[in-house]
Amino acid sequence: MRYLPLTPADRAEMLGVIGAASVDDLFVDVPAEARLSGPIEGLPAHASEMAVERHMSALAAKNLSAGTAPFFIGAGAYRHHVPASVDHLIQRGEFLTAYTPYQPEIAQGTLQVLFEFQTQVARLFGTDIANASMYDGSTACWEAILMASRVTRKVRAVLSSGLHPHYAEVVRTMAKFTEDEIVSLKPELVAEADDAAVIAAIDDKTSCVVVQYPDVMGRIPDLAAIAEAAHAKGALLIAVVTEPVALGMIEAPGNLGADIVVGEGQSLGVGLQFGGPYLGLFGCREKFVRQMPGRLCGQTVDAEGKRGFVLTLSTREQHIRREKATSNICTNSGLCALAFSIHLTLLGGEGLAQLAAVNHDKAQTLIERLAKVPGVTVLNQAYFNEATVVLPRDAREVVRDLADRKVLGGVSLGRLFPEDSDLHRGLLVAATETVTDEDIETFARELEGVLA
Amino acid sequence: MNAVNASGWRPQMGEAGEGGAFKTASGDYGLMLEEALSFELGSSAKCGVDLDTLARPAAAGLSKFLRKAAPALPGLTEPEAVRHYTRLSRQNYAIDLGPFPLGSCTMKHNPRLNEKMARLPGFADVHPLQPQKTVEGALEVIEQLADWLITLTGMASVAMSPKAGAHGELCGLLCIRAALDARGEKRDVVLVPESAHGTNPATAAFAGFKVQSIPATPEGRVDVEALKAKLGPNVAGVMITNPNTCGLFEPEMKAIGDAVHAAGGYVYCDGANFNAIVGKVRPGDLGVDAMHINLHKTFSTPHGGGGPGAGPVVLSEALAPFAPLPFVSRGDDGRIHLVEEENRGEGHDQAFGRMVAFHGQMGMFTRALTYILSHGADGLRQVAEDAVLNANYVLRSCEDLLPAPFAKSGPCMHEALFSDAGLAEGFSTLDIAKGLIDEGFHPMTVYFPLVVKGAMLVEPTETESKAGLDRFIASLRSLAQRAKDGDQSLHSAPHFAPRRRLDETLAARKPVLVWQGTPGEPGTPALSEFGGS
Repeated sequence: MRYLPLTPADRAEMLGVIGAASVDDLFVDVPAEARLSGPIEGLPAHASEMAVERHMSALAAKNLSAGTAPFFIGAGAYRHHVPASVDHLIQRGEFLTAYTPYQPEIAQGTLQVLFEFQTQVARLFGTDIANASMYDGSTACWEAILMASRVTRKVRAVLSSGLHPHYAEVVRTMAKFTEDEIVSLKPELVAEADDAAVIAAIDDKTSCVVVQYPDVMGRIPDLAAIAEAAHAKGALLIAVVTEPVALGMIEAPGNLGADIVVGEGQSLGVGLQFGGPYLGLFGCREKFVRQMPGRLCGQTVDAEGKRGFVLTLSTREQHIRREKATSNICTNSGLCALAFSIHLTLLGGEGLAQLAAVNHDKAQTLIERLAKVPGVTVLNQAYFNEATVVLPRDAREVVRDLADRKVLGGVSLGRLFPEDSDLHRGLLVAATETVTDEDIETFARELEGVLA
Repeated sequence: MNAVNASGWRPQMGEAGEGGAFKTASGDYGLMLEEALSFELGSSAKCGVDLDTLARPAAAGLSKFLRKAAPALPGLTEPEAVRHYTRLSRQNYAIDLGPFPLGSCTMKHNPRLNEKMARLPGFADVHPLQPQKTVEGALEVIEQLADWLITLTGMASVAMSPKAGAHGELCGLLCIRAALDARGEKRDVVLVPESAHGTNPATAAFAGFKVQSIPATPEGRVDVEALKAKLGPNVAGVMITNPNTCGLFEPEMKAIGDAVHAAGGYVYCDGANFNAIVGKVRPGDLGVDAMHINLHKTFSTPHGGGGPGAGPVVLSEALAPFAPLPFVSRGDDGRIHLVEEENRGEGHDQAFGRMVAFHGQMGMFTRALTYILSHGADGLRQVAEDAVLNANYVLRSCEDLLPAPFAKSGPCMHEALFSDAGLAEGFSTLDIAKGLIDEGFHPMTVYFPLVVKGAMLVEPTETESKAGLDRFIASLRSLAQRAKDGDQSLHSAPHFAPRRRLDETLAARKPVLVWQGTPGEPGTPALSEFGGS
């Protein structure tokens, strides 16, 4: 077998050194009645690289990949062009096959990347500091709520109705098992984000308000107004960014008063990957540092006075604090953080701004064209690269009909909010730099056909 | 390695400095290359991506939200970026360079076919919210992997979405909470052996349980009598790692499970060490109710410098109905269906909720399935056997020089545990670990498990050759002898790594977590000027 270097002669010689008659003698602690006598029946035996490749390729071919169809899906995961060098670099074995940098003398590559990543995220978000990443945006969002509870010693979190419903569902699920009270606002098919409802829901017991920016319908909340209202009641503002490319164009949440900013970093470097692995981003004010979840990389010096980096403040973490840790998290999303960081380094701040401008331009073209489709109206007052259009009938069927015509025409609000029938005519459409004018024209024509 | 300032070095200890007399003008030494931060190298005038410049101005509705200035992030052109990251990569140790014997972490070879398959556009370029009929191949990958995991563990079902091992632990405990709620019982205690991974008690607390610790026996096993004595109407369950963190199989697992079940509780098994027993025994036959499987350990998905992992949780019949959404199942029509909020009424209405956006670590599923198909049922069994053989070979090859506290009770499983008892006065595990770096190896896991003083936990994995193990053993024996002989040079090891021991106390006392400065200008503080306190 190609991944197993021991030869039969090696095995025999090693058993001799050990003083065991057979390898089964090494499994004596496994109760005999539970020990399997041979390979589990009914499962296939080992296979060549070629055979496995054939099997996996056949499965892959059953999917309609985004690059082979006009593609307008967003809703928390965005298709962006990833420069070829990003994927090449993350496959260097020294990055790909390293472990968590617990031995810093021989992990400076990973550690310096994390330090650069933390700096990039903090500057993108407009926060003082950022951590070395979380599992994904949804789990980062829940961790932020827990952190707000630790900081404020209050447990009532208000969720904007514009928060991605998967994120809200993760929060509500986890809160069932903690002391936290979650206030969820009802989404409505209206042009503006629900700022007023969020502000009205803040009371003295509120630990935090959670506001997605831009929100799940592509609308853009007024974070500064919400931050002011939250702070007046001693609550924190948690801003959630599911499309970091937007921050090349619209103001950073930290600069608008957000105390904690979390997000999904998938847009930069990571790719769609059917939902994971993704990259949780987490930034906040420096004064909260000891309440932060997740790994942190910090600068220090070595015994010769050279600058170096280590994992730090680990007294917050599970391997030291055990049941008193700020979180049970043990891994970060290191390789995705590397991909994000390389992509952002290739872009630079000016490049990100330009990329954002191209995205917005494509979205304007898309929205203007869809507005001409009979029966379709545009919901949003403002949007970045994603907006909601309202159709004359349930958008779920329309999305399926479009797929039959080989157009991946957005996400129906009915799929995201199955219980809110008022929203079911809403269709969320996104356009990134990967969309061509021909794609937009095809989408609009097929939509006309489906709605006719 | 779990101690704060594991290196033990302080600025006042002075520079370790031997061999530093010769200075080059560049600061580099041959192929030992220093690398500045991207922020010190880049500038706002540089970009490594060619973008359209013909964008029209922002729509009127967006004008009041516009950013005042672009983020202060430097750019690099492609040649500069490739060089920056390639130079940085060379400061990392990795499995691709040599043995990485971190006990409990399972650093095995990462087959490159896995990487190639995960990058097929049909997997890599598919959106999680595409209509189901356009992603049937992706759902089939999840279903096929789920099928293997269920069969290999002898369990009833599997929740695929948890993002990592600790996340899987949480999933399992939340299933237990949900099952207890459905029974109308309030049990708030989870029993955790003191040898457990730190994630176990942290997870139990995170899930709202009180943690009670179970002692270990002198043989390194769970004290079954002590465990039974704690069982009662307030105990929701136990979390047992098997094989445990001492590298030993818990032979009383079935008896523990029976006792816990009789007392109305559930058994969570930490499956971090499943790689030692895959194909040899099924946890489902030992009374386990829930177990996470670290795909990045047993099934070779890359660790990537600290993630991403993946932690599907296999579940018994008792817990399966509560598994979180999304849930993949094969319907009566023979087709694979994704159950999410929209259609949870179709047979999975007791789900306790959702743990992540979308479907979990799909990129890891494709890699793990590729690995599993490569090995097949026979190969996976051989994986466990070779992993255990390699660990026992290391154990018996070193136990005369390094005390192996549990070696007398029999063979170990996939990892060999040593202690630093018997080294010369003032020498400890840390000196051996840092000495291994100079020898060209990554150190083993140190100071874990906590139940052994100065623990050294060596997990070679099945992908090390005998010749590779012999080289490692020779180095470990040499270091043990030097530490017994009181070789002072070990205290300042490593001498030949990209960095000497790093001051972790300084890093924690005055945290510097982000670079402060203007992109493209020399760093503050500059590389050469940066001093200690």
